[in-house]
Amino acid sequence: MALTTAPDPTRRGTGSVRPPATRRGTGRIRHAEGLAGYVFLSPWLIGLMGITAIPMLLSLYLSFTNYDILTPWSEVEWVGLANYERMFTSDPSWWHSVRVTLSFALIAVPLKLAAALGVALLLNRAWRGVGLLRGLFYLPSLLGGSVALAIVWVNMFNREGAFNSFLALFGIEGKPWVNDPDWALETLMVLAIWQFGAPMVIFLAGLKQVPTELYEAASVDGAGKFRKFVNVTLPMLSPVIFFNLVLETINGFQGFTAAFVLSNGTGGPVDSTLMYTLNLYITGFTDLEMGYASAMAWVFLIAIALITVVFFSTGRFWVHYSDGEDR
Amino acid sequence: MVASTVAPPVASRPQRSRSRSWLRLVVLLAIVAVVLYPLIWMIGTSVKSQEEIVNNIGLLPEKFTPGNYTAGWSNFDVSFGRFFVNSAMVSLLTVVGNAVSCLLAAYAFARLKFRLRGMWFAVMIGTLLLPSHVLIVPQYILFRSLGLVGGDWPYLPLLIPQFLATEAFFVFLMVQFMRGIPRELDEAARIDGAGAFGIFRHVILPLSRPALVTTAIFSFIWTWNEFFRQLVFLSNLSDYTVPVALTLFIDSTSQSAVGPMFAMAVLSLLPVFVFFVAFQRMLVEGINTSGIKG
Repeated sequence: MALTTAPDPTRRGTGSVRPPATRRGTGRIRHAEGLAGYVFLSPWLIGLMGITAIPMLLSLYLSFTNYDILTPWSEVEWVGLANYERMFTSDPSWWHSVRVTLSFALIAVPLKLAAALGVALLLNRAWRGVGLLRGLFYLPSLLGGSVALAIVWVNMFNREGAFNSFLALFGIEGKPWVNDPDWALETLMVLAIWQFGAPMVIFLAGLKQVPTELYEAASVDGAGKFRKFVNVTLPMLSPVIFFNLVLETINGFQGFTAAFVLSNGTGGPVDSTLMYTLNLYITGFTDLEMGYASAMAWVFLIAIALITVVFFSTGRFWVHYSDGEDR
Repeated sequence: MVASTVAPPVASRPQRSRSRSWLRLVVLLAIVAVVLYPLIWMIGTSVKSQEEIVNNIGLLPEKFTPGNYTAGWSNFDVSFGRFFVNSAMVSLLTVVGNAVSCLLAAYAFARLKFRLRGMWFAVMIGTLLLPSHVLIVPQYILFRSLGLVGGDWPYLPLLIPQFLATEAFFVFLMVQFMRGIPRELDEAARIDGAGAFGIFRHVILPLSRPALVTTAIFSFIWTWNEFFRQLVFLSNLSDYTVPVALTLFIDSTSQSAVGPMFAMAVLSLLPVFVFFVAFQRMLVEGINTSGIKG
């Protein structure tokens, strides 16, 4: 399981992930408190076991079987590594879904973060109306993950959609973008980028924390605006950039709803929107190959864990924490 | 453009900085227009007649056609009102479940001392980024073997996890919040004879209201918009929630359903929009303090 939370980057100095120390009482009180601790923790513990741990183990077991929901448990066959072998060697649609998911995350996430940072920089001034604008930019992040908005999006990029009307203003003839295998995934990327508000709000909070003395010092040293951005803003913002990058990447890998709506649950046109999670859903709940779907889920989990580890181990080289200085 | 925004305004050049702030405003308003366009287009389309949807490329209809709303409402064998009731029930019960169970767990992590606390806390943090898609197949199998999938009350597989504090984000948010509550208050209550339960009841619970409200708002909005689990666990039309019901419109690919489909899409976003208007500030602050995604 990936051990991954960036301590809240917008509040430097309070980011310990360890639980706060509690005072030691006398023996009897400590015993009573220990008991109380487990009483309060019990719903979470039951959930951890029943909803997370046992299903994970069951899923691991299933990934070595040919289980489908229809055959009784007594007839389930142990197939060893066959599911994994099939995934890597003889399932082109699995490889395809990996490519679709990777290209979605690699393109949409950086663009979304760039939009978020750009708009945050524009907003990072105290004047009237900033609160309202910030709220309006955030609105798509609240609505964008819904089925309703995905439906709107698909129609907007359809033949009679708003996007083609817009192109027509410039005399460009559009096409039904969502039905074109070369463009369908791109429309979903635009939908993801449109929701730049959530990372933007986090960037804004980070920008507020950059000490103005640093800019003054840079001015004294004769730095221009570009130099200040590169040498002051970006390094000071790097914990927030890191935090957004990790979260958005992992969210990006899990995109499901919009791809489901665009393709009516098939991953089409011509598998162009077959996101990994959609492929997993189709395998498990349409084709009922739950053993194979479990193997896919485990590969997904390991991939996410690996990516997180890579992020955290490379972050050391470019993320600048000022912890301790302003504590 | 980007570089011009980082430095504080230079006082000696008021003329230039004023024209720059105008430019900035124009750019921002252009971005607002792009961001809001899809939403306004959605509302406009929902009150256009079928003919206008195809021919009128403008944002607003020439002839206001509210009939899409009544047509969409009764487009399926089951009224959309039923789907709204189902969604509201699932969302509100999820709010209750998350608020109660996450608060209890957070209190244990933030304030009580017990064996293996550090380990459990690390496990809780570890589940923060665990994708729900990974567990869906075995959870489906387990809930089905318990007879809870498609049973008399098919929402249990959606709700049971929410009553068991599996939404680690909220546990984490509340732990962070409780760290800000002064320990002196615990001590004072302890001197007055309160034990762990008394401190929870009289100190932590009343002071955690802001964190509870944030949790409630996000729980509601996320559950209202949630699709994946509802798609997997709900199989009878009359049990459908709004997002699952909306996908039925996609099946009927005929153009005639576009207006009603948009009308229902608008209605389905209305509760989220109301929450946004009412709690805008809190939502934005909320993602700041917790790093939660909207």
